[in-house]
Amino acid sequence: MPIKLKDLPRIRYNMPGNAACPGCPETMGMRYVKMALGDNVVMVIPAGCSSVIQGINPKSGMNFPILNIVFAAAASAAAGMKAAFEELGRDDVQVVVWAGDGGTGDIGFQALSGAAERNDDIIYICVDNEAYMNTGIQRSSLTPYGAWTTTTWTGKTEHKKNIPLIMIAHDVPYVATASVGYPQDFIEKLRKAASIRGFKYVHLHAPCPVGWRFDPGLTPHVAQLAVKTGLWPLFEYERGKFRVSSFSRMYRKPEKRAPIEEYLKLQGRYKGAGPEVVKELESYVNRLWEWIELLEKSMSPSTTAKKLVSKT
Amino acid sequence: MPVKTLTGNKAVAYAARLARVKVVSAYPITPQTTIVETLASMIEHGEMDAKMIRVESEHSALAAALGAASAGVRAFTATSSHGLLYMHEVVWWTAGARVPLVMAIVTRAIGPPWNIHVDHQDIWDQRDSGWLISIAESNQEVFDLTVQAFRISEDERVYLPMMVGLDGFILSHTVAPVDMPEQHEIDEWLPERKQPYVITPETQYVMGNLATDEDYYMMRYSIQAAMEAAKDVIKEVDKSFGENFGRSYGGLVERYRVEDAKYHVIVAGSWAGDAKEAVNILRDEGYPVGLLRVRFFRPWPTEDIVDVVGSSKGVITFDRSVSFGARGHLFMETISSLGPLAGKLSVRGVIAGLGGVDVPAEEFAMVIREFIDEVEREGQVYDPAYWHLPSQYRDMYPSRVEEVVR
Repeated sequence: MPIKLKDLPRIRYNMPGNAACPGCPETMGMRYVKMALGDNVVMVIPAGCSSVIQGINPKSGMNFPILNIVFAAAASAAAGMKAAFEELGRDDVQVVVWAGDGGTGDIGFQALSGAAERNDDIIYICVDNEAYMNTGIQRSSLTPYGAWTTTTWTGKTEHKKNIPLIMIAHDVPYVATASVGYPQDFIEKLRKAASIRGFKYVHLHAPCPVGWRFDPGLTPHVAQLAVKTGLWPLFEYERGKFRVSSFSRMYRKPEKRAPIEEYLKLQGRYKGAGPEVVKELESYVNRLWEWIELLEKSMSPSTTAKKLVSKT
Repeated sequence: MPVKTLTGNKAVAYAARLARVKVVSAYPITPQTTIVETLASMIEHGEMDAKMIRVESEHSALAAALGAASAGVRAFTATSSHGLLYMHEVVWWTAGARVPLVMAIVTRAIGPPWNIHVDHQDIWDQRDSGWLISIAESNQEVFDLTVQAFRISEDERVYLPMMVGLDGFILSHTVAPVDMPEQHEIDEWLPERKQPYVITPETQYVMGNLATDEDYYMMRYSIQAAMEAAKDVIKEVDKSFGENFGRSYGGLVERYRVEDAKYHVIVAGSWAGDAKEAVNILRDEGYPVGLLRVRFFRPWPTEDIVDVVGSSKGVITFDRSVSFGARGHLFMETISSLGPLAGKLSVRGVIAGLGGVDVPAEEFAMVIREFIDEVEREGQVYDPAYWHLPSQYRDMYPSRVEEVVR
């Protein structure tokens, strides 16, 4: 059932006093999480921008109960909370991890992989702004090729690590990619995740005006361009079935994709990036979609139900 | 009350079950492993009503236990040596969160080189973290302390997590009779879990976001205040446990033959048994010596030390650990508790038994005898770091490391 904006609750989800920068994709994303999941949620947040965005204790600018936790342990702390709620007969409580790309793909990866392998019944959201923004824009393993950061002054020389595919390889019940540029899609995926038992992974692409050096009024626009260039494909993996989401379907065909230059030219982090960066990113996009084609072919909803047995 | 012969590790596991722990999360490490195995077996076979989270590391083990405890249930984990060091930042986070929790530490040396045998370097390394830190002498005390730890940690005057130390292999893998109360007796003695807050959709509680520097400072102040308050709580719990189950240990310290003693031995952990035997030997020889066994390293028993040792002629501490570049831990703590009194008595800080090197009762007696004889002969002795070397090295190296350098 498609989500209609007019049906979504109109509640102030981020409180005055939160410390987000103008145009912050994290407060946007957090708002959608609350729209999707409602009030029966506890949040686990490791070190990152969202530790700061909450504002100053004893108040909080985020409308969630939150266990803040050390950088590398978000998934484990969430697993513990979920186990406690189950023991207390509170199976209904959704335990949600809200972690950045560092807390997910780098320092927190071991805990994430552990929780996924155990199929702990939590929703893990990676809010991916493609660098360590909270410490001042240092590269992460999820920073894309060619991007300037304060530890890659002449552009990153490696490509973005594909965590969603790695999570699919964990054979968890649900993996999805999403974008702050497509709130309905994100909300729909979160609601689906909430209806599934076991480990759910949702990777939210979250362009950061400060770190990527673009106009803070353009956050959703830049997020949409990432999808339209094919650099950030929206897809879902559900119990062994893989499908490209509707907003990304047309970008299977390279000729339908927006030119990468259009995406790069809005971002100061790609200032001075020459044609070789564009070429390298184009080849990355092609490889990425080859993966997707492979997954679609072998795991499409129509062909695979019998071939793969997924944890449920 | 059934008496069973149990290893220290089994005693820990049974105590956690009797305390009605609801979430166990742990990662195996020698010599803690049989705690995890026993708990996993009890949970899988329906003998314990709890969830087991088989985490991928110790860092996650304590984080998951903290998550569970902050949602409102009794949570438990256990580790040792490198596992404890690996989870160190979560150790701090748990205390800062003021979440009551119990963790068993099977004490073991830290590498390199690899060494799985007992010393106290791992557990004392946690001394500044805000956890209550206790250490047992016997398997019975391991059991008793583990049960008591929940009551102490969950006391509203404390609300701090607690470690129960037991010496690797010496206690963890050695069987001894352990008197275990019945479930209903523990249920009557151990109150329902209390904690300062729970994080649920209803409470909307947020733990750990930024605080002002001033508020942060005051939260640290409150941990210190809770540590002070814990001293009374530990004594009350020890007394109450004794009244109900017949075993009291003396609170933060155990005093052994101290009544008319002029010299005092300070020691912690399982080798206190050997040290007590040494005291017996020396008493038979006419030496007026008693022993103070440190049961709680945090809060440190300053008042007990001053009370027993303040008017002593000489104090000898035995440390199974060292703060490199300084002294043994018990020595430093003892001297700092004594304050101006320290200058009036003789002291020797002995560093021995690192990496599991055995120190039998006769050797304890020899070292203590030498100290007393020296004080009687020469008047005041100040000897802060005396390395009681392994016997095969004793003739090759001096016991005072400064002499190697000079």
